Amino acid sequence: MRRGPWLWAAALAAYAFLYLPLTIVVIYSFNDSRLNAEWVGFTWHWYHELFHDEDMLIAAGNSLLIALIASLSATLLGTMAGLAMHRYDLKLLNFMVLAPVAMPEILLGVSLLLFFIQVLNLTLGMLSIVLAHITFSIGFVAVIVRAQLTSIDESLFEAARDLGATPWETFRYVTFPLILPAVIAGGLMAFTLSIDDFVVTFFTAGVGVQTLPLRIYSMIKIAVTPEVNAVSTLMMLLTLGMIVLASRIAPDVLKGKV
Amino acid sequence: MARLELRNITRRFGDFVAVDDVSLTIESGEFFTLLGPSGCGKTTILRMIAGFEFPDAGQILLDGIDLVGTPAEKRPVHTVFQSYALFPHLTVGENISFPLRMARHAAADIRQRLKEALEQVRLGGKAGKYPHELSGGEQQRVALARALINRPRLLLLDESLAALDAKLREEMQVELINLQREVGITFVFVTHAQVEALALSHRIAVMNQGKVEQVDEPARLYGFPRNRFVADFIGQITMIPAQVEESAHGHRRLVVDGLGEIVTPLPQGVVIGDKGVFAIRPEQVRIGVQAELAELKNHFTGEVHSLLYQGDVSVYRVRLPNGTMIEALLPNSAPGRAELFKVGAEIKVGWRHDAGVFLHE
Ligand SMILES: Nc1ncnc2c1ncn2[C@@H]1O[C@H](COP(=O)(O)OP(=O)(O)OP(=O)(O)O)[C@@H](O)[C@H]1O
Ligand SMILES: [Mg+2]
Repeated sequence: MRRGPWLWAAALAAYAFLYLPLTIVVIYSFNDSRLNAEWVGFTWHWYHELFHDEDMLIAAGNSLLIALIASLSATLLGTMAGLAMHRYDLKLLNFMVLAPVAMPEILLGVSLLLFFIQVLNLTLGMLSIVLAHITFSIGFVAVIVRAQLTSIDESLFEAARDLGATPWETFRYVTFPLILPAVIAGGLMAFTLSIDDFVVTFFTAGVGVQTLPLRIYSMIKIAVTPEVNAVSTLMMLLTLGMIVLASRIAPDVLKGKV
Repeated sequence: MARLELRNITRRFGDFVAVDDVSLTIESGEFFTLLGPSGCGKTTILRMIAGFEFPDAGQILLDGIDLVGTPAEKRPVHTVFQSYALFPHLTVGENISFPLRMARHAAADIRQRLKEALEQVRLGGKAGKYPHELSGGEQQRVALARALINRPRLLLLDESLAALDAKLREEMQVELINLQREVGITFVFVTHAQVEALALSHRIAVMNQGKVEQVDEPARLYGFPRNRFVADFIGQITMIPAQVEESAHGHRRLVVDGLGEIVTPLPQGVVIGDKGVFAIRPEQVRIGVQAELAELKNHFTGEVHSLLYQGDVSVYRVRLPNGTMIEALLPNSAPGRAELFKVGAEIKVGWRHDAGVFLHE
C-alpha cells in the first residue's frame, strides 16, 4: 500500500478547508464591489472607508487598550503563577491556574457576568472586559513560563545563591533573564487572545463599550460588507505578526514543549 | 584559616537515612575528599555544607561557628557543580565576576580581580565568550575561577571532573592540585572515582550507606584498609578466608585452610579464635621460579590460571593449592612480551612477611 499520495491529499484538503476562507476574506477586502460575489477590480476603498468609520475607530481603540492592559496584567500575574507552579508542586494551584484555559468560553463568560453583577456589583464596561480577559489569559502565560522554567538546569539557581546572590538577586540576575523570552511570548499570546476574543467579551461588555469583534459581529448581522473583510484582514495580520514574533522570541516554548 | 568540623550530622529523607551520624574534621588548607559508591550520601553532605540541605541533627562548624542557621548566600563557601552551572546568558567574564558583583565590590576592583582570575586559569582571551562557545575543559576552568574569585574560605567540588574525558581529566587533576596549593583554600572534593581521590587528596573519607568507614591519607588508606568494604572499594585486592589460631609458643598466628600459616603483622585487638580474611594487593604478590622467592616468608606452589594484559602491567591469576585464586601484578618491563608465564604452568607464589592485612569479620 502506498499511503503517501493519499496522506498528502488529505493534508492538502484539510489545510485548504482552514485557509481558503481566510484567503477569500483577504481577497474580497480589495474587491471594488459591494457584493462578495465576483471579482471586479482592485481597490483600497474599503480600507479608506474603514479609517473614516468613527464607530470602527472607537472600537479598535477600545480593543487595543483592553488588549494592552489585559496582556500586561496577565503577563505579570501569569509569570508569577508559572514561577509558583514550578516552585511548589501543588495540584490545586495547577488546577486553578489552568482551569480557565480549558473551560468552555461561554461558561466563563456567563459566570464572570454573574460574578461582576451580583457579587461585585460592577457596572459592565471597560473594567469588566479587562478583568475577564486577564482571567482567561493568565493560564496561557503561566503554562509557557513554567515550560521554560522546566527546561532550565536547576543547579543554575543554586549556583547563584551559592555565589552570594540573595533570593531576590537570583531572580533578578539569573531566573528572570532566562525566562524573559517565555514571558514576552506569553504576553504576545495574551495580547492576541484578548484582541480577537468575542464570546467572553460579549457577556462582559455591557451596553456602552464596543470592541472590534463585537463591532464586526453587529455589522455582519446586516451583511458581510467588504469593510468587514478589510477589518478582518487587518486583525489577521496583527495576530499573525504577534504569533510569528512570539515564536521567534521563544522558539522552544511554542514548539510543543508546553 | 578555615577548619571545618562536622559533628554527628544526620540527614533523613522520609525513613531513609542518607547521612548517618557523620563526624569529620577537615583541617585548614587541606584537600579533603569524600569517596564512596553512588548513593552513599556524598552530595547530601556537600549540600549541607553549602546550605542547600539541612541536617536533621548535628552541627557544621566553620572555625568553630555553626553554619546551620546561615543562608547559603551568606556562607563563605562556594561550590563547583558537576554540571558547572555556568550562567548561559552571561559571558565568561560576567560569570566569573558574578560573586564580586553580588558582594558589591567596586567596578575597578572587579576589573582587576577578573583579570587576575582569567590569567590564573589561562582564559585570558575568552572573557567575552559565552559558556556554550567553550570546550568542556574551559567551562570547567570558568567554574573554578568563578567559585574562587571571591576567596571563599571553603571550596566544594562535586564530581567536578566526572564530565571530562580521561585525558583531559588527568590534566585537570594536575591543575587542581596546583591551584589548591596556590590559593591555599580548603577544598572538599566529592568523587566516586578512587584513582582520582588517591591522586588529589591529602586525606580521604571513605563512605558507605551514609556512614564514614575510614578517614586516612591515601597511602595509609590503600595500605591499611580498616575493613573489607574499604579494602574492596579502593584498588584491587585478593581476600582469602583466614582465622587466628594459637601457635606452639602461645602466640597468635594466622592460618588459611589448606595453605597453613601466613606470616603477616596482626593488629592489636585481634585475638585467638578470630575469623576474617587475609587481604593482599596484587603488586605485593610475587610469582616466579623457586630460587628467587626462597627468601620470602610466605611462599606456595600454584598454577597460572589466567592472564590479563594491560599494556604497562600484566595481572596473573594464580590458583593456590587450596583452590583459592590470588592476583599478582607484574610490570611488563621486557618490551613486546606480554606473557612471562604460560597459562597452566606450575609456578611459585610468594609475598613478604609484612605484606597484606588481616581484616576482622
Ligand atoms: N531530596 C531527596 N529526597 C529523597 N531522597 C534523596 C534526596 N536527596 C538524596 N536522596 C537520597 O539520598 C541518598 C544519598 O544521595 P546523594 O546524592 O548524597 O548520594 P551521592 O553519594 O552523592 O551519590 P552519587 O555518587 O550518585 O552522586 C540517595 O539514595 C538518594 O536517593
Ligand atoms: Mg552525588
